[in-house]
Amino acid sequence: MKIHEYQAKEIFKKYGLPVPRGIVAHNAHEAECAAKELGTPVVVVKAQVHAGGRGKAGGVKLAKSPEEAGKIAAEMIGSRLRTYQNPEGLPINCVLIEEGVNIDKEFYVGLTLDREVSRPVFMVSAAGGMEIEEIAKTNPELIIKEHVDPAIGLLPYQARKIAFKIGLTDRKLISQFVKILMTLSKMYFELDASLIEINPLVKTKEDNFICLDAKIDFDDNALYRHPDIQELEDTTQIDPLELEAKKWDLNYVRLDGNIGCMVNGAGLAMATMDTIKFFGGEPANFLDVGGTATVERVAAAFKLLLSDPKVKAIFVNIFGGIVRCDRIAGGIIEAAKQVELDRPLIVRLEGTNVELGRKMLEESGLNIIPAKDMADGAQKAVKAAKGEL
Amino acid sequence: MSILINKNTKVVVQGLTGKEGSFHAKQCLDYGTQIVAGVTPGKGGMTWTDDEGKYKVPVFNTVEEAVKETGADASLIFVPPAFAADAIMEAADAGIKLIVCITEGIPVNDMVKVKRALEGTGVRYVGPNCPGVITPEECKMGIMPGHIFKKGRVGIVSRSGTLTYEAAYQLTSRGIGQSTVIGIGGDPVPGTTHREAVEMFNCDPETDAIVLIGEIGGTMEEEAAEYIKECVDKPVVAYIAGVTAPPGRRMGHAGAIISGGKGDAKSKMEALKAAGAYVCNTPAEIGEMVEKALKERGLL
Ligand SMILES: Nc1ncnc2c1ncn2[C@@H]1O[C@H](COP(=O)(O)OP(=O)(O)OP(=O)(O)O)[C@@H](O)[C@H]1O
Ligand SMILES: [Mg+2]
Repeated sequence: MKIHEYQAKEIFKKYGLPVPRGIVAHNAHEAECAAKELGTPVVVVKAQVHAGGRGKAGGVKLAKSPEEAGKIAAEMIGSRLRTYQNPEGLPINCVLIEEGVNIDKEFYVGLTLDREVSRPVFMVSAAGGMEIEEIAKTNPELIIKEHVDPAIGLLPYQARKIAFKIGLTDRKLISQFVKILMTLSKMYFELDASLIEINPLVKTKEDNFICLDAKIDFDDNALYRHPDIQELEDTTQIDPLELEAKKWDLNYVRLDGNIGCMVNGAGLAMATMDTIKFFGGEPANFLDVGGTATVERVAAAFKLLLSDPKVKAIFVNIFGGIVRCDRIAGGIIEAAKQVELDRPLIVRLEGTNVELGRKMLEESGLNIIPAKDMADGAQKAVKAAKGEL
Repeated sequence: MSILINKNTKVVVQGLTGKEGSFHAKQCLDYGTQIVAGVTPGKGGMTWTDDEGKYKVPVFNTVEEAVKETGADASLIFVPPAFAADAIMEAADAGIKLIVCITEGIPVNDMVKVKRALEGTGVRYVGPNCPGVITPEECKMGIMPGHIFKKGRVGIVSRSGTLTYEAAYQLTSRGIGQSTVIGIGGDPVPGTTHREAVEMFNCDPETDAIVLIGEIGGTMEEEAAEYIKECVDKPVVAYIAGVTAPPGRRMGHAGAIISGGKGDAKSKMEALKAAGAYVCNTPAEIGEMVEKALKERGLL
């Protein structure tokens, strides 16, 4: 689960990490008042959306007066911000008005799971700021990595090692830096984060460290033990169809194509998309209905697919394992009746009791195009979407 | 021979008395798996029986007791996500050397800690979030439909449940059997990796060929490819799901930095090709490709 920068900064503050003073505003008037209250010669207006790369996309702007802050806020709020990390764009419902900080140098600090070694890893660079991904590609040696032992957490010597590697020499700064890293490690485990990122961590002209940006991602599987964090969820930042899918416990991701897919199992769902593409089609979505394809869930999934006007054909690809094919066929028939299917439906069933399942589909009176295997189904779906079937 | 499990494996089921545990334990027993004990804290002393009253299995409060009383040497775990890490650790502490955890939705940090704690102990665990392990016609420890598998000499390792079935079914339909099939699961911190599974198959004299099914994310397939290049002479047929998966809407930069260009389907497929594996474009080709590979080597 993602949260906004201002929420992450509140959590940072609770843990004693240095963040700029800031106030959230929902309209121009609030923004102007906030800028006045902060009272610094320059304030920064920051769009609050669940995506990074805001600076480059015009979502972070300087204002030299409260009036200007109000004007910028008025432009931002109500619009959508498209960044390279989220090309469809996300709605800006509020902005963070923050005191302007005198930046001397920008560092990058990230903490996330390194799947290769199954441990969290700190990634730190003296070349922080908005170009960090470029730097990771062109000069990976400029990114210092240090793994955290989950049994004991980060140790001070590890933080010091990083501090020296990124060229810190001042004792006060080193001690501030070590404290920040130690705190992040503690936060990561206590909050069940999957990502904590400060980009940039800034050294100010006054020689202090301050976290100018803050991003936290949480592990969805662990949210049950953090009800307070669960409350921070902002559903306006989630695709409405994906939100609807979540209600039914369906794993759905919207894509650009015109062939709706319904599959059981994430791996098979991905493979189905690949197969469609291999035969020259474009999947409209990823949809995993899970192992227990009950009538209600299949019906919900059909509704979801049909609500997307781009969808021209639907390909159902189910491998019946423990849940037998006849049960699944029953579910498909029942659900198809409920939703009044108005687009071609290609069904590939395989597995336990497949003969019975296929017979049920055939005799259902529904306009179902049967497929003998995955490749056959994908080819038929591609044709149907082109209106050639 | 097979790997990990066979007809002599004695299984304790943790979470036997729950809905999932009961249902799947029955299926495993029907398949011929020796389930010798169940563990549910607080229900020790009772006897579990399936809905038809065909089987009776003693239930214990702790794995330690179950092992002592029944000699169980492998554990199959169905406990809910909040208690699953604890259950794995309990099994390991009781001396169980093979643990298969089916549970889906375990917090990642819990598994990071389990992995750390079991480092160097010699305990092999498979999962979580996986269909389990099966040695066809001998022992099924998991939730896979038993009848699609057939005894034979091809090993399968896969991150995805339904793709495992897809592959096994294609092989079985062609009359090609399997030595052991391992679902290593789709979580970011798996107990057993592709590389480890391939290594076990490579050392198993009764496995002639290996099917590796991977997906995008992480670097397990690349690591397996390195090992295959260096050590494996047996034919390897691979499929990677997710060629068309979108990059995903992300927020930070860490994901992009850490992967360093690895992790996408293309990189995995190239690594496997370079290691000499037969790489399939779609999962529909797996069966055909295995048959071809076996024939080429005169193994069929
Ligand atoms: N309070 C502030 N005072 C001065 N400059 C700031 C302030 N906040 C942000 N900036 C500048 O704006 C840039 C972009 O802001 P920020 O890092 O918060 O957003 P972002 O572009 O979404 O981040 P990222 O690219 O890491 O995803 C920073 O790198 C920094 O140079
Ligand atoms: Mg930033």
